[in-house]
Amino acid sequence: MATEKLDPTTGRTTTGHEWNGIEELNTPVPRIVFFFLAVMALFAVGYWILMPAWPTGVSFTKGMLGIDQRAVVTQQVRDAAAERAAWTDRIGRTSLEATARDPELMRYVRETGRTLFLDNCSACHGTKGTGGPGFPNLAARAWLWGGTPETIVETITKGINSTNDDTRVSQMLAFGRDGVLTGEQIRSVAAFVRSLSGQALDDGEKAMLPAGRKLFADNCASCHGDTGRGKHEMGAPDLADSVWIYGGDRQSVFDTIYAGRQGHMPHWSDRLSPTDIRILALYVGTLGAAK
Amino acid sequence: MVAALTLVERQFALVILFAITLCGLALVVPSAGTEDPICFHGLLIMAAGIALSFVVINGYFEPEPSPERLTEYFDDPTKIGIILAIAWAVVGMFVGVWVAALLAWPDLTIDAAWASFGRLRPVHTSGVIFGFGGNALIATSFHVLQRTSRARLCDQLSPWFVLLGYNLFCVIAASGYLIGVTQSKEYAEPEWYADIWLVVVWVVYFLIYIRTLQRRQEPHIYVANWYYMAFILVVAVLHIVNNLAVPVSLGSAKSYSLFSGVQDAMTQWWYGHNAVAFFLTSGFLGMMYYYMPKRAGRPIFSYRLSIISFWGITFMYMWAGSHHLHYTALPQWVQTLGMTFSLMLLVPSWASAGNALATLNGAWHKVRDDATLRFMMVAAVFYGLSTFEGSFMAIRAVNSLSHYTDWTIGHVHAGALGWVAMITFGSLYALVPWMWKRDRMYSAAAVEVHFWLALSGTVIYVIAMWNSGIIQGLMWRTYNDSGTLAYSFIDSVVAMHPYYIARAFGGLMFLLGALVCAWNVWMTIRSARAHREVARDTADSPILVPSGATVMAKE
Repeated sequence: MATEKLDPTTGRTTTGHEWNGIEELNTPVPRIVFFFLAVMALFAVGYWILMPAWPTGVSFTKGMLGIDQRAVVTQQVRDAAAERAAWTDRIGRTSLEATARDPELMRYVRETGRTLFLDNCSACHGTKGTGGPGFPNLAARAWLWGGTPETIVETITKGINSTNDDTRVSQMLAFGRDGVLTGEQIRSVAAFVRSLSGQALDDGEKAMLPAGRKLFADNCASCHGDTGRGKHEMGAPDLADSVWIYGGDRQSVFDTIYAGRQGHMPHWSDRLSPTDIRILALYVGTLGAAK
Repeated sequence: MVAALTLVERQFALVILFAITLCGLALVVPSAGTEDPICFHGLLIMAAGIALSFVVINGYFEPEPSPERLTEYFDDPTKIGIILAIAWAVVGMFVGVWVAALLAWPDLTIDAAWASFGRLRPVHTSGVIFGFGGNALIATSFHVLQRTSRARLCDQLSPWFVLLGYNLFCVIAASGYLIGVTQSKEYAEPEWYADIWLVVVWVVYFLIYIRTLQRRQEPHIYVANWYYMAFILVVAVLHIVNNLAVPVSLGSAKSYSLFSGVQDAMTQWWYGHNAVAFFLTSGFLGMMYYYMPKRAGRPIFSYRLSIISFWGITFMYMWAGSHHLHYTALPQWVQTLGMTFSLMLLVPSWASAGNALATLNGAWHKVRDDATLRFMMVAAVFYGLSTFEGSFMAIRAVNSLSHYTDWTIGHVHAGALGWVAMITFGSLYALVPWMWKRDRMYSAAAVEVHFWLALSGTVIYVIAMWNSGIIQGLMWRTYNDSGTLAYSFIDSVVAMHPYYIARAFGGLMFLLGALVCAWNVWMTIRSARAHREVARDTADSPILVPSGATVMAKE
């Protein structure tokens, strides 16, 4: 039968069993273990009494405090909205122009607009609104659809080529791929387009300018205007400034004319409140001005 | 390997391998010609079946093992399991450093689908948890089971089936992630066919345990075996329930879970948290209960405390999973139960850690001098720390700050690096010389180097993640005067950058430690080959008695 032994280090007896040289002491469970077990259990029971805790088949014990996490969070959201209403209501009521002239309201716009912009817009337009290849630079103020706060609100609300029923629609045709222009003609138009923004042309390009000017008037001017300054009502970019969405070098301009372009901007009416959209429009208006 | 099998076992092995090859074929046939990744896995399974068949056929006509073998423990699977565990450790930790570097420097990526963060991360998590941890558990459990039962494993074939079958599962899992196979359940990513295979392997594993315990020549079942059994049994239950799913077809790797919505979330985190409990805690407590007192040469501090801890842990962990879903669509009463049981769980957890540390009383000079024992001591300390942290984070108010932040990652790694990996390395450093009949590891200095690399790597990692996690949590809840969130999400990402660099560095140190370990183990095995001696240690052998008889403890 198992025989107990004395462990000289601790003065405790062993349980008498031995497994491959391992023995166990007969040390009683320290009191503190039971103490903390009781403390934790009491806390748990207390918490169960106060809070929603145990299922009862069809329902659950609601707890004496009557706390419900849904009610709590709904109330918190309501309180927060009420607190913000002090100034959000003013932004909602005041015209956009008047808000833009009100330094106090614009302080709120800058503070809130920055977070809204970074969380919702910066993925495409960049944290500073400077855009990137395929995504317009908002800080350059080269507006496709107009830069007044009203038009920016419209763009954010409806989107561009978005799934919104009233979306802004804009498409540049694929002149090369669809066979409207030959490669040679596209090179001529590209040279002319590049001349509009005052880019340095080589002799070959210069020779193409007259042909390019003619082709531009026939094919491009209806959207981009006779002088190439673009048209806000069509979302057609200004080709005479130095701002390019897809690049202004010879190859990029050729590619754009050859294959066409159709950018997409989602509509935000389902995700942001009208006030948030107004704040964003005003904030976007400040992006380039900061310079 | 084959020479140790009896003729009947060799025949059984061939039948099983043939069946496995057929199973692989059954996946290939309906998916042949499609793009479905299950086809690749079918071929992989067939390749494994055929390759192992050749191994068996090659050794088929070798003489049968003598009955003498029954007077020795069967340690071949343990040896291979140790080597596999270390190989997985190196792979899993390397991928861990890789994904940590991707978080710090996202541009470092190469433009390939398999190299994206989302595919690499589960290779890291499964590689270290299942590859490293699982193999170490299987290897040590076979060793501990035999020693503490004074009985040889029940046969020679089933341990190989479990070890190699389990590694086939791990390979299917890891390769599947890279080609886009996942059911998107954290720590349960492998798809239905891999899950079914693991169930088969796991049932055999459990049977080995039961059948060997039945033959034990000790009157009582040692604590380590309680923990190993809880690990095997509960992991089977968790794995089966959480992976209940309907495949799209037999020729498709995709399946749909039987659960949906919040039930799915609850099932997943009941699984997820109990994987922490029964895979990463219970199993490794089994390891600690054998190798720590063995190495320290001290009796377990308190048998009674072991009982309280064991039943406390097994009972209370089961309820804790819902603390992963605080403030979600999960009904609040379920959250309450998860939180309160998580808090009560602290007591048996600390009782276990305390029992381990008190076992070292009378052996602290050994802890000072012996890096192997120090690994185990530090593991017990980190076990205490991370269980405290876990209970703390389960409190709803704390969780509202910590949830979804890097604090969780820090907590997991305090447990995974500090507790699980440290107790494993300590146990392996004790076990490797025993297995290969050496006095000690090839280089004691290398063990020391590994210890300090592992400890500093862990500390750097955990502190970096505490900092980044708490900063993240605070940034996400800070409002400015206008009642707007003061920081955008990208602001918090920018703020994480220095901590992500520190984390990658801490992880790199831990990986270097694992490489030192791999080298040291390799050199120990090589030196064992050089001094092959057949000196039998009579204390390290089973008791031969007719089955059914029970032997009372000696003295």
